[in-house]
Amino acid sequence: MAELTHDRGGRPAGRAAVLKPQVYAWVQDYGVYAAVLALLLFNVLFTPHFLDAANFRTQLVQVTPIVIVSLGMALVIGTQGIDLSVGSVMALAAALTVLYLGYGWLPALVVAVIGGAVVGAAGGALVAYVGVQPIVATLALLVGVRGLANVLVPQLVEFRNPGLIALGSSSVAGIPVIVLIAAALTVIVLFVVRRTTFGRQVVAIGGNRSASELSGLPVKRVLLTVYVISGLLAALAGVLATARLQASDPTSLGQFIELSAITAVVVGGTPLTGGRIRVLSTVMGALLMQLLAATLIKHNLPQSWTQMVQAVIILAAVYATRKRGTR
Amino acid sequence: MRRTELTADSVAGPEPVLEARGVTKRFPGVLALDGVSLALRPGEVHALVGENGAGKSTLIKVFTGVYRPDGGELRYRGAPAAFATPMDAQHAGISTIYQEVNLVPMMSVARNLLLGREPRGRFGVIDAAAMYGEAERVLAGYGVETDVRRPLRTLGVGAQQMVALARAVSVDARVVIMDEPTSSLEPREVETLFGVIAKLRERGIAVMYVSHRLDELYRVCDRVTVLRDGRLAHTGPLAGLDRLRLIALMLGRDLDEVRSAGLTSFDRAGQPRANGQAPVVEARGLTRRHVLDGVDVSVRPGEVVGLGGLLGAGRTETAKAIVGALPLDGGQVLVAGAPLRGGSTAAAIRAGVSLLPEDRKAEGIIPTLSVRENIALAALPALGRAGVVSEARIDKVVEIFMRRLRIKAASPHQLVSELSGGNQQKVLLARWLAVRPKVLLLDEPTRGIDVGAKAEVQALIDELAREGLGVLLISSDLEELVEGADRILVLREGAVVGELSGDEVTEERIMATIAEQADG
Repeated sequence: MAELTHDRGGRPAGRAAVLKPQVYAWVQDYGVYAAVLALLLFNVLFTPHFLDAANFRTQLVQVTPIVIVSLGMALVIGTQGIDLSVGSVMALAAALTVLYLGYGWLPALVVAVIGGAVVGAAGGALVAYVGVQPIVATLALLVGVRGLANVLVPQLVEFRNPGLIALGSSSVAGIPVIVLIAAALTVIVLFVVRRTTFGRQVVAIGGNRSASELSGLPVKRVLLTVYVISGLLAALAGVLATARLQASDPTSLGQFIELSAITAVVVGGTPLTGGRIRVLSTVMGALLMQLLAATLIKHNLPQSWTQMVQAVIILAAVYATRKRGTR
Repeated sequence: MRRTELTADSVAGPEPVLEARGVTKRFPGVLALDGVSLALRPGEVHALVGENGAGKSTLIKVFTGVYRPDGGELRYRGAPAAFATPMDAQHAGISTIYQEVNLVPMMSVARNLLLGREPRGRFGVIDAAAMYGEAERVLAGYGVETDVRRPLRTLGVGAQQMVALARAVSVDARVVIMDEPTSSLEPREVETLFGVIAKLRERGIAVMYVSHRLDELYRVCDRVTVLRDGRLAHTGPLAGLDRLRLIALMLGRDLDEVRSAGLTSFDRAGQPRANGQAPVVEARGLTRRHVLDGVDVSVRPGEVVGLGGLLGAGRTETAKAIVGALPLDGGQVLVAGAPLRGGSTAAAIRAGVSLLPEDRKAEGIIPTLSVRENIALAALPALGRAGVVSEARIDKVVEIFMRRLRIKAASPHQLVSELSGGNQQKVLLARWLAVRPKVLLLDEPTRGIDVGAKAEVQALIDELAREGLGVLLISSDLEELVEGADRILVLREGAVVGELSGDEVTEERIMATIAEQADG
């Protein structure tokens, strides 16, 4: 993914943006890569111990659930929708995981993922077949599914299943397994978006739903599937987060992650108006936010600073998208 | 009036109210306007014509403050002008009526008409009664009689356009720019519009009239400016400029070439072509309350069947019903003798029936995708294996159709929304041809596209029919319908009221058929 930027300097986006339409287009396409690169460079130069492997690993492991959830979110947003239920689906997955852990960690994982897919199907059916607005349908699920998860597992439960603990903490060639899983999922979603009929249909429906219907696309089925995928990915993120925590915490796991995921998608340059999905940029968006927070913390700036800088980045990303739209 | 205009042309004439002097506008990779000058005088109706991509839209947008020129000067009422936003231009007295109606569909007709200057009662509250009364009075002057309390979207497109016009004119305008104002109007509404234009002229308001319909230009316009490839090709009085010469100027073609090609590009020499064959698609008793009343249509292979009738007669609805995009109360569609499952466009497409919709922007193109993706859209399942698309096969299909339909795009990867209307229409035609249909339903295939593209589309319809494709052609352009179709069904109020074939297919007969029923 970095090859897209290696030959271009990290030009300051704000200054460039007042110059030319081509520059807008460039900022929108590669701005997030440039920003990640610039931030990395800054850290290499000015942050002590930044290049330590341990530090790198921590950053990546922390951002993994957001990356996985935002992959599904990008698909949903590509159809002009939104999925607010992802955090609650993570909680449900955490609850289901400990409930079925007696059968082994793999069956528990499968049950949790099926649970996520069912929640996604419920949201998708409401959106595609009943015609409920995505924000309303998934808001209902955000509230209801968190409740369900708390009913299933009312308080934090620690577990000692070695398989699940290994999933959360072991590494292959120095890279944490959950990071590898996130990378694999990114590649899969990228393939689905770029190379499959389904992926093309998703963006077409987001771009113009009535034209897609008249072109014979299975609009309702595609919409339903998109929400199922989002639920499935969120559940997987929930299981991995649980494995890393070595405890199931349905009360607080995944809270507000929908906002982080939407942020990653938006900062990555996927417009909320649908019709365009940028998978790698979404991942970069998540990394950018994580890196930013880490950088500011390492330089002893309070959390409140991070939030304000993140707000500026979100606005800058939306500004770049808007310029492309009015060209 | 006309006479003073003519002398005005030969001498200096009255001071232009709006003038472009050597205006240049550049877009990445394109010089959209190259030193174009145009003077619009008070009380004249000035035609602006040219093929798509000639720079008409860009010039209008320069006049209305959407774009700022890169070079040259814009003058308004004798002083240099620079409109920062469309709002500035509007406040200065330049009103524009766009092809697509720019109103608020959910608000009432009256609110739309008087938006921003509603009659106020005590405490600044809107005086609803006065507003409705005022709106009814104004609209009656435009021949629109409707309940002004209804949301605007419940009106037909034509009526909506009259509301837009009434609104544009009633805000103290000095210049009114009309971009294809008649493209969705019924003949009666067109007459009303011309009446309004005459009144504007009497009041000394300058009208810039953009249209592809030559009849209209000759009826209402005093002068004409022709743009071609971003340059000024001609400007002068319209009277005395003959039609073929005007077309030749627009196309930049040789006059003799245009003359030999005729005004439309249909060549019906070999007709009739479809005798004896079984219909490839047959609709029986299509019925939907208030919309369709037992419509029977059949199309044979290689036959072009025209659907005639006024706006709202049920032509578009018939086409949509055939492809399953309109829920029906009754009726059946047979394709090659086998019944089609209702309510599924996908099933209709698989059976070989495709619809090119009337509203290109809302129902046709996917604006966020490239030319290539738009062409491949309907054929995607066929252009891959196990759900994975084959880029090579898509490239091949796209290349074939871009060449065959002469789609002008910088590359297949250019966004379809950046193309001209004519090229967008060709992209949609390519989308359908790529699925190899047995029958194509074409709803206004040449509406709002330039003369050159229109000719190409007409020639293509001809060619496809010759190759055995069945075509159902819907067109408000009678000339196109008569020259293009083998057989014409005339619709009125959702029912077929007449069928014309052979020598009966003439403009007079179509109009007479519609009129007969109107009297009866």
